Amino acid sequence: MNGANDVATIRAEEGRSLSIDLSPRKRSSRLGDWVFGNIARTLAFAVLLVMAAIIASLVWGAWPAIQRFGIGFLWSNDWNPPAQKFGALVPIYGTLVTSAVALVIAVPVSFGIAIFLTELSPVWLRRSLGTAIELLAGIPSIVYGMWGLLVFAPILSGYVQPFLTSTLGGIPVLGRLFHGPPLGIGLLSAGIILAIMIIPFIASVMRDVFEITPPLLKESAYALGATTWEVVWHVVLPYTKIGAIGGIVLGLGRALGETMAVTFVIGNNNFVDTVSLYAPSNSITSALANEFAEAESQLYTSSLIELGLILFFVSLLVLSASKLLLLRLKRSEGQGT
Amino acid sequence: MDLRRQRKIVNGAALGLSLVAMVFGLFWLCWILLTVLQLGVSGLSLGLFTMMTPAPQSAGGLANAIVGSLITVGLATLIGTPVGIMAGVYLGEYGHNTWLGNVTRFINDILLSAPSIIIGLFVYAVYVAPKGSFSGLAGVFALAILVIPVVIRTTENMLLLVPSTLREAAFALGAPRWKVITRVTLRASGAGILTGVLLAIARISGETAPLLFTALSNQFWSLDLSGPMATLPVTIFKFAMSPYKDWQELAWAGVLLITLGVLALDILARLLVKNEVK
Repeated sequence: MNGANDVATIRAEEGRSLSIDLSPRKRSSRLGDWVFGNIARTLAFAVLLVMAAIIASLVWGAWPAIQRFGIGFLWSNDWNPPAQKFGALVPIYGTLVTSAVALVIAVPVSFGIAIFLTELSPVWLRRSLGTAIELLAGIPSIVYGMWGLLVFAPILSGYVQPFLTSTLGGIPVLGRLFHGPPLGIGLLSAGIILAIMIIPFIASVMRDVFEITPPLLKESAYALGATTWEVVWHVVLPYTKIGAIGGIVLGLGRALGETMAVTFVIGNNNFVDTVSLYAPSNSITSALANEFAEAESQLYTSSLIELGLILFFVSLLVLSASKLLLLRLKRSEGQGT
Repeated sequence: MDLRRQRKIVNGAALGLSLVAMVFGLFWLCWILLTVLQLGVSGLSLGLFTMMTPAPQSAGGLANAIVGSLITVGLATLIGTPVGIMAGVYLGEYGHNTWLGNVTRFINDILLSAPSIIIGLFVYAVYVAPKGSFSGLAGVFALAILVIPVVIRTTENMLLLVPSTLREAAFALGAPRWKVITRVTLRASGAGILTGVLLAIARISGETAPLLFTALSNQFWSLDLSGPMATLPVTIFKFAMSPYKDWQELAWAGVLLITLGVLALDILARLLVKNEVK
């Protein structure tokens, strides 16, 4: 023991004398540290700059339209490029309605998938089934779009929409959503395809947060005679509620900003005079994708950029909320139960 | 006794529905992949890789679009990866509890999920509009901005997995910090970071929206980065929306190429992580 300490002391002394001998080298390594650390710091700071630059460039680009139309831009439904009149109501409506349809479908399905993956699935299948669901998120959105337009929309208009009209169409207020000519393209098909696209995001967040429930809590409930469903509903869900909501909000953020899949199937129609989900419409992203490269006047371009600014602002709020919810879950988990 | 039966029925129904949800999810995956395979394979031919994008109603391939995609994706990865790794190194090694680290981590996670079309608008506003023309280089910038957050995220996560004893051992040998990071911690997390880069490539290979008003498109062969450049996703968009049958067939073949490429990268990345964890 003592001998080892002696050796350590000797080594340390050798080290000290070495460092004196090699002082030029040490200085160069200090310079290396300074340079390396500052490159890393600068590039981390650059991420913040990019965010600031995005906001600044959007505000700057949208300024002519903001000045011209003021706050009324948000609820005017007059989108008329030849007359130089622009209002954002239809694209905003389209974005909100398609995202809402997507959430109505995706939330229960994702919840079911998460329960299946954490509670029901045999252990050897868990990994591959989880991967399969995550692959849905890997498929590029243009593939969803093309498939949606050429394969899914004809089936929707031929079989599903007439069926929905004859069944749900009879319900008093809600039924009005399911009336109108079954075109296949429109708000409903965009919403359904968005739902398929956000299921993997919501499902994998839910699965991850369900898995952090302490086994002790679950086992205690089982020991009291609870069924699997009761454990999920009364133990797992209350414990991970915040995280599950965070996952849903993340899905919403994805749905709001999705471009190509929506552009293919929403129908690109700037005049909407019905509440029907079958109506072709426009979303913020599809308006940008279709019209931006062709916009000729400065006011037209500027109005489109203002649409982008609105979308970015809403996405920032939604994604921040999702991030904060997930962080809160993490923190409360650290404190134990 | 009646209550017990009721609970059992509720339980069975709920679990049954969760099975239905799982099947529902897998159903779309299978349907989409099978359609893409079925319609894409018939369009595959040698001409796809050797001929240019055609005018409507004539024979052609996707050679210029494929090469354009390879160039833009390749350059964007080359620009985005080092930036992302260095910023990730800051988050993982330096900025644990600094304001810059915390704010950057938060902003980066938001950029990771921000709508990609906004990135296209941004590059349009700061690069395309002042220059007065669409260009391949603008597309490269837009894609590079999409690469960076993905690489930052994985680099930081992987660096945090490196045991601190490894760092301390290197420091104890007298190595300066930058050498510890480049020779020890970055090397230890190499496979993980590579995974991040692969995922980033997979993501930008299919991106269409940010290219629409940056790289635009080009019907002809062009390697000139200062002019409009054809890319596979934008070409697919144009062809798929057209009423021409032969354009749509080419688009299906293109979709097959992209889907197979992206899914292969995805699966490769997963395998890398799996081996790493073992």
